[in-house]
Amino acid sequence: MTEYLLRDVSPLGEGRTDVVLADGVIAEIGAGLTRDGATVIDGSGLVLLPGLVDLHTHLREPGREDAETIATGTRAAALGGFTAVHAMANTTPTQDTAGVVEQVWRLGRQAGWVDVYPVGAVTVGLEGERLAELGAMAESAARVRVFSDDGRCVHDPVVMRRALEYVKAFDGVIAQHAQEPRLTAGSQMHEGVVSAELGLAGWPAVAEEAIIARDVLLAEHVGSRLHVCHLSTAGSVEIIRWAKSRGIDVTAEVTPHHLMLTDELVRGYDPTFKVNPPLRTQSDVEAVRAGLADGTIDIVATDHAPHPREDKDCEWAAAAFGMTGLETALSVVQETMVDTGRMTWTDVARVLSANPARIGRVEGHGRPIAVGEPANLTLVDPSIRRVINPAEQATKSVNSPFRGRELSGCVVATFLRGRATVLDGGSCDEDVVVAR
Amino acid sequence: MRHLLSAGDLTRDEAVLILDTAAQMAATQSREMKKLPTLRGRTVVNLFFEDSTRTRISFETAAKRLSADVINFSAKGSSVSKGESLKDTALTLQAMGADAVVIRHQASGAPHTLAAAGWTSGAVINAGDGTHQHPTQALLDAFTVRRHLVGTDATGRGLDGLHVAIVGDVLHSRVARSNVQLLTTLGARVTLVAPPTLVPVGVSAWPCEVSYHLDEVVRDGKPDALMMLRVQRERMSSAGGGFFPSPLEYTRGYGLDATRLAALPEHAIVMHPGPMNRGLEISADAADSPRAVIVEQVANGVAVRMAVLYLLLAGEQTNEKVGQ
Repeated sequence: MTEYLLRDVSPLGEGRTDVVLADGVIAEIGAGLTRDGATVIDGSGLVLLPGLVDLHTHLREPGREDAETIATGTRAAALGGFTAVHAMANTTPTQDTAGVVEQVWRLGRQAGWVDVYPVGAVTVGLEGERLAELGAMAESAARVRVFSDDGRCVHDPVVMRRALEYVKAFDGVIAQHAQEPRLTAGSQMHEGVVSAELGLAGWPAVAEEAIIARDVLLAEHVGSRLHVCHLSTAGSVEIIRWAKSRGIDVTAEVTPHHLMLTDELVRGYDPTFKVNPPLRTQSDVEAVRAGLADGTIDIVATDHAPHPREDKDCEWAAAAFGMTGLETALSVVQETMVDTGRMTWTDVARVLSANPARIGRVEGHGRPIAVGEPANLTLVDPSIRRVINPAEQATKSVNSPFRGRELSGCVVATFLRGRATVLDGGSCDEDVVVAR
Repeated sequence: MRHLLSAGDLTRDEAVLILDTAAQMAATQSREMKKLPTLRGRTVVNLFFEDSTRTRISFETAAKRLSADVINFSAKGSSVSKGESLKDTALTLQAMGADAVVIRHQASGAPHTLAAAGWTSGAVINAGDGTHQHPTQALLDAFTVRRHLVGTDATGRGLDGLHVAIVGDVLHSRVARSNVQLLTTLGARVTLVAPPTLVPVGVSAWPCEVSYHLDEVVRDGKPDALMMLRVQRERMSSAGGGFFPSPLEYTRGYGLDATRLAALPEHAIVMHPGPMNRGLEISADAADSPRAVIVEQVANGVAVRMAVLYLLLAGEQTNEKVGQ
């Protein structure tokens, strides 16, 4: 196996050192290292991060291979600096049995770009009525720990309570897509000034906040662990802050797009900007940035949601919800949080690697950069400015909301257990990866 | 002006030019020979994804009076639900050489998508999209108001100083959205009157006042024109959203009956975009009173749509005059 000598890199953006990767682990750290036969990578000016972990990815396989496959989606993930992704359960068939989650897990292993951790559905067919066999999924080869009906809300309070209680047996977590269904029937965008003018049915902030408020109280009552997916409003941040101050075991995520984009973008009726939860207002963007910086929000997760062209090349109401994000997430976090001085690279490692790994109970990821740790690493050049062109991305779909935007930072290399999945900003030879 | 997508896109000068042109068009319509040769050889497609007899016939009449060839494409049987997308429909029409596409669609923003996506090179005219916009309706309303309340020689003038009250289901109304923008652009003051459930969250950003009390607006606001919006009965059912408790309660609070009609200033006119629900938002007394200009609105619709087609299609010189 190729060994790597990363010369003159800056771990977590602090200081400069050499790092040797051998036998799947970080073998040496120190100045002026040499290593016979190792491939040397000049890392001057580059930041070394633990490999990123996405708690919220839609890989679409099985069922919607026209939008993404596990192979294309995980290759995109590696190019975005990820070494592990959680594959959401809303596939066809739904990931609600041990058989389906094991299939996804196995396809992830075959692809080899990142470690794929399937998310199990909370309820059968995401219907919100009957618990899926959570125990069987937890005990399967896929070792599922994160359960979510994402795309739909577990809206029935009794079902939600049972799910929260049940997963305690195997240290699982319920990741809730917080959306009160009655308040959001037919909704198309954030309800506010822009929706009033555009005549698009509104998705009110209260529909998210009401569910989060209910769920943190449920989690407190039954003493369970709750994770809130893609939190998007200022009110939601306040509720999470309150819940944490009470000691409730809740974690929360925000997406890159909710850190940067607002509902003003909907004015052109371009369905690229149609997403659920919807893009909110500038004050919400400000609130989620503040919440991420002060730790109220634990992680950034992509909610990478690829869609084929025909599902976006149409009138707004007919278009699908969702946007891609794996290959732009780190840049958006850098631009909104690091370049603005609100977070350090240590914070970035926390919200994009250590915290999501901890929430997902993933072993070997999100670890410190230290000798003996698994060599799951990402090398970033923060000085690069690049214009996003979805056609050049590895994801099979082109519905990136950052099309044509210039963003900061670029992933130069990604290592999965010491093996390069990305070098020089491009995927490593697929044959080499598969041969592993 | 390459397309007409939203009343909000029109500057005051553009709007006044359309109204002035419509006045000229209206004058030709009292002649025995109503047809003008202006758009001979041009093709106008009426692309209707939603039922609308009145608006379609109005556009068809307008185009034919200008000698354009008219193709009516009722997409109801071949719409998205049946598998053909808006894109493919648009590409088909483009291949047939449409110079203008008049589109009515149930999805807000569909005309924007059609105009922006490059699927058609023709001018796109929004004939009503979802709950968003219906700009030619606002233009014909403004034309009607100007005719009655500004005077016969209104050429070049806006609606400065006039007060228009728009009453009813503002939340779901493209007519209300278009009129708020156009009437205020032309200098009028607009008051929306509706039960709070039928006013959109976010209305505070609109350039108008909002009242929940029709009687107060009629008594104190002394509107020069009262525009009654159509209210759909199904909105009261819980499946339809439960926006008001019953039709009777709605009528008591917001219907235009003989008493409210009598309380209006003497010169005030009563308008309705049609089709009316007699007995719900408007009583027969009001609908058939001499103050009602509802039938005239229909006639003015043809003149205004002739003006819009003319200005969009009849040559570069005119287009430059209109701007954009």
